[in-house]
Amino acid sequence: MNTGFAITTGSMFATIISVANINWHGMFFAIFALAACAMAVAVVLTDNVVRMAFYLVLSLGATAGLFFLAGAEFVGAMQLMIYVGGTLVLLVFGVMLTAQAPFVSMKTPQRDWVLASILAVCLLAVLVQASVGVDAWRTAAVSVGGGVQREAPEPSATPLGMALLGMRVDNDSSGIVTPSIRSGYLLPFEIVSIHLLVVLVGAAYLARAKRRRTPRAVETAGQSELKEEVRVAS
Amino acid sequence: MADFLIHTGGLPDWIAWAITASLAAFFILNVIAGGALAFIWAERKIAARIQDRLGPTRTGGKFGWLQSLADGIKLLTKEDLMPDGADGLLFRLAPYVSFCASFAAFIALPFAFDFVGQRLNVGVFFVIAVLGLEVFGVILAGYASASKWSLFGAMREAAQVVSYEVPLGMCVVVPVMLAGSMDLVTIGEKQAGWFFQWYLFHDPFTFITFWIYVTCAVASVNRAPFDLAEAESELVAGFHTEYSGLRWSFFFMAEYGSMFLVSALAAILFLGGWNGPVPVASLLGLSDGSGDTTGYFVRLAGCANLMTKATLGVLIMMWVRWTLPRLRIDQVMTTCLKYCTPIAAVMFVGAMLWTLALPGGFFRGLGRPAGEIREGWLLGPGGMSLQVQKNGEAPPSSSRFEQSESPVSQVGL
Amino acid sequence: MNFFNILAEPVGVSHYLLVGAVLFTAGVVCMVIKRNALGVLMGIELVLNGANINFIAFGSPVLRGESTVSIGLDGQLIALFVILLAAAEAAVALAITLNFYNNHATVDVDRAEDLKG
Repeated sequence: MNTGFAITTGSMFATIISVANINWHGMFFAIFALAACAMAVAVVLTDNVVRMAFYLVLSLGATAGLFFLAGAEFVGAMQLMIYVGGTLVLLVFGVMLTAQAPFVSMKTPQRDWVLASILAVCLLAVLVQASVGVDAWRTAAVSVGGGVQREAPEPSATPLGMALLGMRVDNDSSGIVTPSIRSGYLLPFEIVSIHLLVVLVGAAYLARAKRRRTPRAVETAGQSELKEEVRVAS
Repeated sequence: MADFLIHTGGLPDWIAWAITASLAAFFILNVIAGGALAFIWAERKIAARIQDRLGPTRTGGKFGWLQSLADGIKLLTKEDLMPDGADGLLFRLAPYVSFCASFAAFIALPFAFDFVGQRLNVGVFFVIAVLGLEVFGVILAGYASASKWSLFGAMREAAQVVSYEVPLGMCVVVPVMLAGSMDLVTIGEKQAGWFFQWYLFHDPFTFITFWIYVTCAVASVNRAPFDLAEAESELVAGFHTEYSGLRWSFFFMAEYGSMFLVSALAAILFLGGWNGPVPVASLLGLSDGSGDTTGYFVRLAGCANLMTKATLGVLIMMWVRWTLPRLRIDQVMTTCLKYCTPIAAVMFVGAMLWTLALPGGFFRGLGRPAGEIREGWLLGPGGMSLQVQKNGEAPPSSSRFEQSESPVSQVGL
Repeated sequence: MNFFNILAEPVGVSHYLLVGAVLFTAGVVCMVIKRNALGVLMGIELVLNGANINFIAFGSPVLRGESTVSIGLDGQLIALFVILLAAAEAAVALAITLNFYNNHATVDVDRAEDLKG
């Protein structure tokens, strides 16, 4: 009887294994998509600003995972390095600098929540209808099997780099594209470089430590005379 | 390996992939955890010898082999404290964030040719990006501990790691430029052969870049002399002051994992990766000499090579830790912004000009007509090969990797 | 009715668009509702990421194939530029917020009413 039991469980297991088919691509997409959406909603719902920052980090990390699954490896790595590893670190620094006790948890009044929920529902309805409404967008053009590992990965960075230098080398076999879409990205690349330099200088200037108009010692000594001078001058 | 399971074992696709992935993850976890155990013991012994004492000598024999195990058991049985004003969720999550960042970077790290978790085309970029995410665990730990010392330590460490990512990235770009690809497997592959084929000896600019990389890597993982985040004599213990027991050990596994990772990365980028100093396999005729060693045992030997180099790197980091005094935060920032970054930039330009003038590197470039090499290099990675390939001609190849590796031909024009 | 069928189909562009929609909406609500200036900033980041997911979905080599919905490499390039510009804008916004904090000793956006009426 024991052997019979073992044989039946073994055969059940074998049939389950042979019949079931977990599409790992779909499963990981589901994991990352749920993580991104859940963390984004958590950012909205939580009051504590430090926790908001942390949930945002998780959400954007899951988004980077989605980018990797969609085959955009360079953009995914860029997202991790620049967005999560740079912009969000900046944001967390800002949070830490201003995380005094009264500002860590600021609650919004109830009526604002009602208005916001109505807005959210309307916007979400419109966007979801647009997403699932177009039939051409629903089917996956390339059927992705259980594993997407190739022997040597396609160079996903080289076409991007060449495009940024102004030369498009990606192979578009559909033949439907118009010439304007196939333009290089050299000019935007240069503009963004200058833009980042300007932003660097501007942000550093905006956030500089400002000197006081009068040093403290002089102020305490001659406070009344100073006030008179200021009144006369203005 | 998944192919082996599918074709030989007759298992359906999804189970084969699951088993392969689990085995790879298990292997990497063992590397980190076992490595941490070994490195903690090594650290205590090295520290002891440098300080003219003996270190652990009782647990498990004369050399204290089992000291790490005893430490682990002690940590497991410690009381699990949490400070009163601490943010519970963030306090508990912080060590795991750090550990996950360190562990995830191993996905793209090859241990031998094609012994890699996932062969990413942007391997180097991914590893550097994920290493930078470790700072979140530190910040969260510092904040959630509700203690001044922790917060100071965390903020200093975050500023340090983020600042040093800039020269680290610039140093890493030099071997990427020399290899023509961000794929770590390709970078290691191109250094196959004798030890002077390694990028370390490619040109003097890369040589100096290696030392700048070492400095930036040590700063990135917060090891001495850049370890003021954990400055034991100043801030009690920095951001992990309030952590005890298993949570603390997660931080330390993350740290030793990161140390091993940056050493392994240095080995692959500059020191030839899994290629030994003498190309034994090609000399013995075990492979066809093209570096594309598919023999299993050759790859295992390569794996051992890489682990040796990475371990040497970690041991050197420990040696430096107990020899040099700690830097102040302003000295750390000065080193980064005033020394490392300009030097890395100049080295990058220098390496680029050197490759234009003498493409094969110092040892490969001599003894060949410069015209042939220059033509081959220019026609290889993009540029004029668009026209050449349209005419049906093949571009002349200066190195044996030109044909298979030329990215334009792979794109399919 | 069409909506629930989407969960049974293999992963396509629409699934990515749904995720992008959720992120976008969450970001907009965040911008509207949060009193903390940094919370508003986080809403902006979420909005930009929702848009990025859309761009990547349309430009993805895995999801597109030879269909007419693909915009090829342009999707990834535009997403790249969005990431860069978002970083720049976050830096400036943070500098402004810190200035505001230094001058008013609060990050509550409801207190920013010096120019009101």
